[in-house]
Amino acid sequence: MSTTAATVHHAPHAGELQRYTFHERVMHWFSGLTYLYCLSTGLAFYSPHLFWLAYMLGGAPTSRFWHPIVAIGFIIGTLWMHSLWRRDMEMTDIDKRWLDQTEAYITNDEEHSPLSDRFNGGQKLYYWLMYYGAFLLLLSGLFLWFPEYIPRQYAWVRGIMILLHEIAALATIGGFIIHVYMGVFMVPHSMTAITTGYVTRAWAWTHHRLWYLRVTGQKE
Amino acid sequence: MANGPLQIKAISGHAGTVPGKNTSRDYDVCKLIDVTTCIGCKACEVACLEWNGYPFRETVFDNTYQTMPDTAWNYYNLIRFNEFTDENGNFSWLMRKDQCMHCADPGCLRACPSDGAIVQYTNGIVDFQQDYCIGCQYCVTGCPFNIPKFNPTTKKVHKCTLCSDRVGAGLEPACIKACPTGCLHFGTKDDMKDLAETRAAQLREHTSHKDAGVYDPPGVSGTHVIYVLHDINHPERYGGLPKDPHVPWMVRIWKGPLKWVGNFAMAAGIIGVAAHYLRFGPKEVEPEPAPKAGVK
Repeated sequence: MSTTAATVHHAPHAGELQRYTFHERVMHWFSGLTYLYCLSTGLAFYSPHLFWLAYMLGGAPTSRFWHPIVAIGFIIGTLWMHSLWRRDMEMTDIDKRWLDQTEAYITNDEEHSPLSDRFNGGQKLYYWLMYYGAFLLLLSGLFLWFPEYIPRQYAWVRGIMILLHEIAALATIGGFIIHVYMGVFMVPHSMTAITTGYVTRAWAWTHHRLWYLRVTGQKE
Repeated sequence: MANGPLQIKAISGHAGTVPGKNTSRDYDVCKLIDVTTCIGCKACEVACLEWNGYPFRETVFDNTYQTMPDTAWNYYNLIRFNEFTDENGNFSWLMRKDQCMHCADPGCLRACPSDGAIVQYTNGIVDFQQDYCIGCQYCVTGCPFNIPKFNPTTKKVHKCTLCSDRVGAGLEPACIKACPTGCLHFGTKDDMKDLAETRAAQLREHTSHKDAGVYDPPGVSGTHVIYVLHDINHPERYGGLPKDPHVPWMVRIWKGPLKWVGNFAMAAGIIGVAAHYLRFGPKEVEPEPAPKAGVK
């Protein structure tokens, strides 16, 4: 394990591996919480049945004011994530095999479960969904933020952008539901990994075997 | 007539019940604008400002008699001037009083996400409630007539109220009261429709305006402001009155099918992951094999 472990908080217990650095954890939660705020306020504007979310968050005019500003934070988080994880998130042949065997993974069929490196094919798919989703949301969102600057003859652009914003948001919500479910329920100790930064060796062996072999020096 | 308390018929962004839905205790109100007798005096513009308590604002001269290029958040009502020459070289001034049309199927209300920011009364008036407005301007996107206007200081959107405060008290709108030529009328929708059709027939039979007709566009299920035009086939000549206005398709898709597809997908996603947990449960950690000698 890293020799600097003594200087960081949440020093690993014996037999633990560092999965996320402090920097990565701050970046993850910055992106996650800004997304969650935009999700909650956005859903309030999306459906009358969820409008109560805006009341919970300080009222609808307040939500309308902060939604795009916090969204800029989410975009910064996305770029920050990209700068840290771009290489780890590149799709490889291993990931394509993982995606082919998703069913075995979903049904907890250990025998046929696919292997993965630091991130598995599904995580990478989610990453790219959020990455491109963020830019679609930014592009369309700018039009929704300042609609008064769009000349009347281009009013139809506004309608298209609202539609695009909703479709992109729904796509990211689909990924987000699965992401939260897996992190909180389906893969125990994922939450400790992304909060403390450490996982047990057995966890790494089980869920990210190729990464485990690499960081423990058993395989290049 | 259309007096008595205002009963709400539709509410924007509203998930619950609507008190006056499908009730008809009262007649629909309607403003009739006979553009053929408008003299462009702008008394209605002044009356509108006075009743609504807005200051007179600077005018913008653009080589016509028009006060300014467009209505504004504090200028609901504008006479649009168009100098029109027909194919025979005959010149005419087309003047049209432009304000909210109070559509029976209001695109602004459909598009609005904020609970109670836009209401439609059973008498047909569509009214903005600025207290609940969040300034998103979706109503501007939903309106086929370019009526709602944004106040950048307060972040609220405003438009003609058809003087709902006066109508609710049994009075006619301020513009009607100010009109000196009788070009403006106010009453029930049926009566105004009758009057308009009579006037249009009179124009067709006794003048050279053989195409005179009544503008009450069916694309928005009719409006509570109707026009008598010299030429019903070319409403766009009157300062851009749309020929076949309807709630934009984008708004109808995003407030209609997309909403249901999205709601269904989100609910299915949450139910799906819950079902997955119950069926397959969490992934258990397998014990790590003993590390090979020599590696940490």
